Amino acid sequence: MIQIQQLQFSYPKSQFRLHIPDLKISESEKLAVIGPSGCGKTTLLNLISSILIPDQGTLISCGINLKTLDDSQRRAYRISKIGFVFQEFELIDYLNVRENIMLPYYINGTLQLDKAVDERTRELTKSMQIDQYLNSRIDQISQGERQRVAICRALLPQPQILLADEPTGNLDPVNKQLIRDLLIEHATQTKATLIMVTHDDSLLDQFERTIDIACFHEVVETA
Amino acid sequence: MNGVFRLTFRYLAYNRLKTVTLILCVSLALLLPVLLQFGVSQFEQDLLSRARSTPLIAGAKGSRFDLALQSMYFNQADRESTNMLEVEAIEETGYALPIPLVLRFTAQGAPVVGTTLDYFEFRKLVMAKGSNLKRLGDCVIGANLAENLQLSPGDQLMSDPLNVFDLSGTYPLKMRVVGVLEKSGSADDDAVFVDVHTEWIISGIGHGHQKINAATNKDLVLKQEGSTTIANAAVPQFNEVTEENITSFHFHGDTETFPVSSIIVIPFDKKSEVLLLGMYDSDTSVLQLIRPIEIVNELMEMVFRVKQLFDMNTFLVSVSVGLLLCLVFLLSLRLRKRERQTMFQLGCSRSTIWKLQLTEILFIVLASLIIVLVLTLVCRIYAYQIIKFLFI
Repeated sequence: MIQIQQLQFSYPKSQFRLHIPDLKISESEKLAVIGPSGCGKTTLLNLISSILIPDQGTLISCGINLKTLDDSQRRAYRISKIGFVFQEFELIDYLNVRENIMLPYYINGTLQLDKAVDERTRELTKSMQIDQYLNSRIDQISQGERQRVAICRALLPQPQILLADEPTGNLDPVNKQLIRDLLIEHATQTKATLIMVTHDDSLLDQFERTIDIACFHEVVETA
Repeated sequence: MNGVFRLTFRYLAYNRLKTVTLILCVSLALLLPVLLQFGVSQFEQDLLSRARSTPLIAGAKGSRFDLALQSMYFNQADRESTNMLEVEAIEETGYALPIPLVLRFTAQGAPVVGTTLDYFEFRKLVMAKGSNLKRLGDCVIGANLAENLQLSPGDQLMSDPLNVFDLSGTYPLKMRVVGVLEKSGSADDDAVFVDVHTEWIISGIGHGHQKINAATNKDLVLKQEGSTTIANAAVPQFNEVTEENITSFHFHGDTETFPVSSIIVIPFDKKSEVLLLGMYDSDTSVLQLIRPIEIVNELMEMVFRVKQLFDMNTFLVSVSVGLLLCLVFLLSLRLRKRERQTMFQLGCSRSTIWKLQLTEILFIVLASLIIVLVLTLVCRIYAYQIIKFLFI
């Protein structure tokens, strides 16, 4: 599914450098990414989602060599293959729950908003137990419910890869478990690959594999 | 609904206070120069058309502006009056037709214009309802006044007293409305027209009262000198001219001395106009003869000079409002940086993100333009009333 070889990436004017010699993530795999702050966990997700472009090496995802894509192709790849869940939920406060879930369809002309999408939204929200809040404003629901809305938003376009960047970071222990379980459950159902960044060791037991990104992190000494 | 429009409207509706404030700011910044330009051009157009249709105006020496504006718009300017002798003097020259205007009183706040039937012909005023002035006490009213006061021929209209606390002052006259003029889009629409004699009755120069007999009304008679009876103030005067009492109305003194506020002078030809202007262009003349168009042009020059100051002010206000709006938009962009980042990560193109921001700005500008357009249209409809209220 995802194949990384001799990948190197660094930010301009920064000592940070990420070097991944070899990493393979298979289809439908549930992978946890751990590591201390600033070691490159979010950078890895941004590379897989093609928001960032590797300086060197190969990154093949869903059979596409991401380094060869132009801007519009990278965007098309992101829309069709990737689902994103963020630590801060990143929901839009002026939209209601339904509109937040459907946001990818409002902002991407390539995604067709039809009755099937509406039906899928209802099913997803029902399975996440937030269907009663469809017309509620974001500030009217709890933190745990907000994260479930964010998961619904990521799952609605039926992505092949689900990237979750510390999705439980702002939640209480009960909700942490719940959100992790929901992510794993829905990824299993849709046969999507789940890559979840986390700091919490207690959440790792349900993942098939855990990688410590600190192993790939280098600090380049500069003059 | 298109996704971009949906997001735009949701954002603007959610931040409605900010949206309304921005729309009002832009509207005001746009409205100020538009209304000023529109107001000045309407003012100029209105003044010029009235001035062009009024060849010459004669009146007692004093402010030329007051004389011109009073004679054209019937406003109550505190000016010296002339008299009927001067009207006759102009007529006797054989160069022009003089139309006297007596402007001292009001009725329900509207100016009462004492004039002759020539005025209606001169201004090409057409009767919409009823007939023209027939006898003392009759009045013809303008279209706006008739509409506002709900008056039609057969109704009555009372003149306003000059001072309600002056018991020895002139009594109001109950006038008979005999006609309503067609709308002309000028000051004539808001005036009450009466014969000069009726105006003199309102001012107390003429009056009507019961017949006094020195033998039977001893307590009312002060003096009897032959056929002349001098009565005291207790004699009840008629405040309405009727068929029964019209014969009792009479004037004291010589008609030539009766006051006239100004005279519209209509020269028979260009040569007559020049001769008349020459006749009255001397220090010894008690009258001044003016060309209203020249006065209006002078007035407009002053208005334009003032407008230049306003234009500069408006420019600076617009620039500062523009800069403020830029600041608001820049701050908004900064505040919504994460929102844009999220959209980008969800696959939104940068062009769509900018389209979203621009649609918001466009909507605010569009809403402001609609407000400006509506207000400009309202001003256009009520231009005459606004100009009259503000300037005349």
